[in-house]
Amino acid sequence: MKPFDYVRPRDLAEALALGSEPGTAYLAGGTNLLDLMKIGVARPDRIVDIGRLPGLAGLDWREDGGVRIGALVKNADLAYDARFQRTFPSVAEALLSGASAQLRNAATVGGNLLQRPRCPYFQDLASACNRRAPESGCDALGGETRRHAVLGWSEACIAVNPSDFCVPMAALDAVVEVQGPGGAREIALEDLHRLPGQTPERETALEPSELIVAVRLPGQAAAVARHSRYLKVRERTSYAFAVVSAAAGLELGDGAIRSARLALGGVAAKPWRAREAEAVLAGGEPSEARFADAARAALAEARPSGENAYKIELARRLIVRVLQQALAGAPETLPALPGSPLAPAFGNRHAA
Amino acid sequence: MSLALTLRINGQARVVELDDLRTTLLDLLREGLGLTGAKKGCDRGQCGACTVLVDGRRINACLALAASLDGAEITTIEGLAHGERLHPVQAAFLAHDGLQCGFCTPGQIMSAVGLIAEGHGGDDPERIR
Amino acid sequence: MPLDAAAPRAPYVHHGSNAGQPLTRRDGELKVTGRATYAADHRPEGLLYAVIAASRIARGRVTSLDVAAAKAHPGVVEVLTPANRPPLGRDPDQKSGPFGFRIEVLQDDTVRYAGQPIALVVATSLEAATEGAALLDPQYEALPPRTTLESGKRFPAPAVGVSGQARTEHGDVEAGLAAAAQVVRTEVETPAQYHNAMEPHAIVAQWDGDRLTLDMPNQAIVMSRAGYAAYFGIAPENVLIRSPFLGGGFGSKAILNGPQVLAILAARMLNRPVKLALTRAQMFGPVGHRGRTWQRLHLGLDGEGRLTALRHHAISATSSFDTFLEPAANASLHVYRSPAISAETEGVRLDTGTPSPMRAPGEAPGSAALEIAMDAAADAVGMDPLEFRLLNYAETEPGSGRPFSSKALRECYAEGAKLFGWAARPLRPRQMRDAAGLRVGWGMGTALFPCPHFAAEARATLRADGTALVETAGADMGQGAWTALAQIAAEALGLDPAQVEFRSGDSSLPDAGIAGGSGHAASAGLALHNAGQDAIARLAEIAMRDPRSPLFGADNIGVVARAGRLHRRDDETRSESYADILARAGQAAVVGAGRMQRDEEAVKERAMYSHGAVFAEVKVDPDLGQVRCTRLVGAFAAGRIVNPRLVRSQ
Repeated sequence: MKPFDYVRPRDLAEALALGSEPGTAYLAGGTNLLDLMKIGVARPDRIVDIGRLPGLAGLDWREDGGVRIGALVKNADLAYDARFQRTFPSVAEALLSGASAQLRNAATVGGNLLQRPRCPYFQDLASACNRRAPESGCDALGGETRRHAVLGWSEACIAVNPSDFCVPMAALDAVVEVQGPGGAREIALEDLHRLPGQTPERETALEPSELIVAVRLPGQAAAVARHSRYLKVRERTSYAFAVVSAAAGLELGDGAIRSARLALGGVAAKPWRAREAEAVLAGGEPSEARFADAARAALAEARPSGENAYKIELARRLIVRVLQQALAGAPETLPALPGSPLAPAFGNRHAA
Repeated sequence: MSLALTLRINGQARVVELDDLRTTLLDLLREGLGLTGAKKGCDRGQCGACTVLVDGRRINACLALAASLDGAEITTIEGLAHGERLHPVQAAFLAHDGLQCGFCTPGQIMSAVGLIAEGHGGDDPERIR
Repeated sequence: MPLDAAAPRAPYVHHGSNAGQPLTRRDGELKVTGRATYAADHRPEGLLYAVIAASRIARGRVTSLDVAAAKAHPGVVEVLTPANRPPLGRDPDQKSGPFGFRIEVLQDDTVRYAGQPIALVVATSLEAATEGAALLDPQYEALPPRTTLESGKRFPAPAVGVSGQARTEHGDVEAGLAAAAQVVRTEVETPAQYHNAMEPHAIVAQWDGDRLTLDMPNQAIVMSRAGYAAYFGIAPENVLIRSPFLGGGFGSKAILNGPQVLAILAARMLNRPVKLALTRAQMFGPVGHRGRTWQRLHLGLDGEGRLTALRHHAISATSSFDTFLEPAANASLHVYRSPAISAETEGVRLDTGTPSPMRAPGEAPGSAALEIAMDAAADAVGMDPLEFRLLNYAETEPGSGRPFSSKALRECYAEGAKLFGWAARPLRPRQMRDAAGLRVGWGMGTALFPCPHFAAEARATLRADGTALVETAGADMGQGAWTALAQIAAEALGLDPAQVEFRSGDSSLPDAGIAGGSGHAASAGLALHNAGQDAIARLAEIAMRDPRSPLFGADNIGVVARAGRLHRRDDETRSESYADILARAGQAAVVGAGRMQRDEEAVKERAMYSHGAVFAEVKVDPDLGQVRCTRLVGAFAAGRIVNPRLVRSQ
């Protein structure tokens, strides 16, 4: 780890002033930054510890039923908040399907939104990576690509965004509140992460030194609460990143789908909102055939970036499954295996 | 650049002079303070052998910058027993032979103690797994 | 069990029973309180930290290292590279013996595998050493690595495993296959597996003149001194290895490796203690692994489903510069009855570190392939997998025809099947679903493992206060040696285990042999048993010769050792405590010695194996490719169980 200066600002204004210096990294939970510093991918000259900035660690429920989540709220605190779990069960399930209890106790909501890719080539300093070192090339192309993107990728980068949390948040029209030297602004979560194009090193819409201070879920998002789910296919049932994940929410009425929300994880450099699929679902009766049509629509533009064509079919099947589960309704309590497609089979006690 | 930290470690207030700001909580405990119960199994927040309680909650000590913990209350495996009397979780690990090589046992015990303290205990076998 | 002829001098001595009790671990309290010390926990005065810089390419040459940048980093004390590495007492390119491998200790700039050490940075702190290693910024001249079985160079195997036969044929396999009603062919590939124990390799090396002290996890504590000594030109007696606890070993910690030698070298160069702990990533390379295999099996079957021939061919991968071949094919030699069986291994050279013995070398990947082939054969003849295995049950050792010392596999099958509910299994696959709609599959397999014994020694001291000290340089990596070995010793001594102090894990103690191959309890345990008996025999002799003892003259009648007292066998009311015998004799202690020496004649007469049967249930979501093992039932016949609590825990 490169030696660095360490500063703990008293307030947001001081943090933003300190953060405007080049070579500065903001530290909150540290679970991603410190990890990247250990492997040499992040080498900041200065760390601005925002972990204790006042006023950023609370949940603020709005009159419309929406909620404003402070950027420093810990993943675990959000996931286990009783009202939040009830109102946004797919978000809670996504949070609990990710990482480990230890990490969820340390990691923050703001940091989760800004997780860096888990592409092994991004993490290996001996590999070429346009995201880590602009214009150095991409060794992932033609390499081990089973986990890489099938949507929105470019020849410059085929990494995927690893966040679980972002997937239902994107589906639910979350809005990110940002503070910068120039003042406050809002970014739709859907627009926070950028597709790689020719500049994969520009991962988000944030300007240097801008800081996420909160993320909001609007009241309308609560309309799908009773029929929302998050499912995650991974290579082991706990403590693994998604191969493909899906968040779905259905607003039902008179035997029809009034509105639908669908987003995918593990398929692109950003949480992938599947608006074409939502359009297929909206207004129609829920049926296996319609779900399959929606799944086809969601992946219409998909193409493998290597040995990962399987992910396209897997994503289609997962969409059908998550829609079936959303239709059946969110469970009263979160399953013991959050996000696992196998959870229904393990709802009961085993025979001794 | 060095930093003086005020920490409460296993119930005792301590002022720790941090010579190197890069030091993680795990390396501070193990190399600096001789509290070697927490183990380094991966140093990447993956294995859990370094689990300690910070302000009553489980975290991976390897992914916490010591500098950021000024004022924190830290409980390690060394601070769990009351004198000769084992913490009930320690006693249960022993009675049920919930250990083999023992290397990550401190991390497992701290994780279990944290789980209970955080209110996530229960008797659903799937949840326990 | 073959007993050392020198040890039991008094056939009339009996002893109580302590083995078989489900004691809690004697080291358990140390482990649950964090007080059990592992190698990397040591912090001697003046300690320096070493960090390996590892190659990020798999084949080629290091063309530059920025040593100046590393040395300029505050806290960095020294950087070892091929340019300044001091000479060693032994050529690291020479193979030193069956358990010795060529090691990479900066002999040149060649890169033979990813993760190979290319420099060692030593600093006053771990943080500085780590950053120093990063600042070396190695540049390479890379060659295309050969990392797939297809890309490597094939060669005929000279031997497999540690001096195992690369080609074995019992009977005429060609004829057996030709005469078969059908031949079932199975191909299985197994991946490389790395022995990633929870505790990464770690060493703290300290020199005092030409005496070397090593705190390190070690599975062969006394034996391995010689290897370290040879690299540094000192006598093995000058090496002290302390390894009270290992955070797992899996075979990897029985074998000397390059990073250890580099740490010792740095400690000598700098005349300060040096600690080197490998990172998790560095565990994949210089410290051994199980090589990948490609196995092909031919099972010839007659019209009723009996094996007419079994051929097991394996291609086992090794490194480009040394040879250790996973003896996978040999796993088929001893399991099922067949008039003809052959096992053959070929090697293939890849650009990886050299494989080494890892957790059941051969049996693990080989029996997996054999059991898969047996399932395919059962399916081909339309039989239940268990019924098919029973039809081909070996009543004597296949090939040799030797009787088994014991074989309760039939009972394992029956007990396991009953517990599992195997009888309800439909014959055809894909017939079962659970309530949630997941497919359910049931499978089973046979387990077999040989019973190796290693030479071992132990010492037992009966002390004036009636307690005992027993000593052997055993290794506890979680199997429970501290507890089981002490129980065996207590049994021989006629003492409660609580009265027995057990010292282990230190090379100044009698050699306990290798803790590996599931042979530690049988080897070190027997040495301890013999040592205990020896001590009791010596004590009995003191008492029986002393006219003031109630045991005087008991010679031909004998005495019984129980609960700290010797009793006359014909009149148990006549007894005396160990402490009283010693006190009257004016002796502070009686010391007994014991050895385990394998009786080669006895081993020739009988085939010795542990057997087991394992039954598994998996649930599968075929749409999403999700698999979960929901039940696993194993029944094992593993000889006398010293401590059922520990065995259950395994």
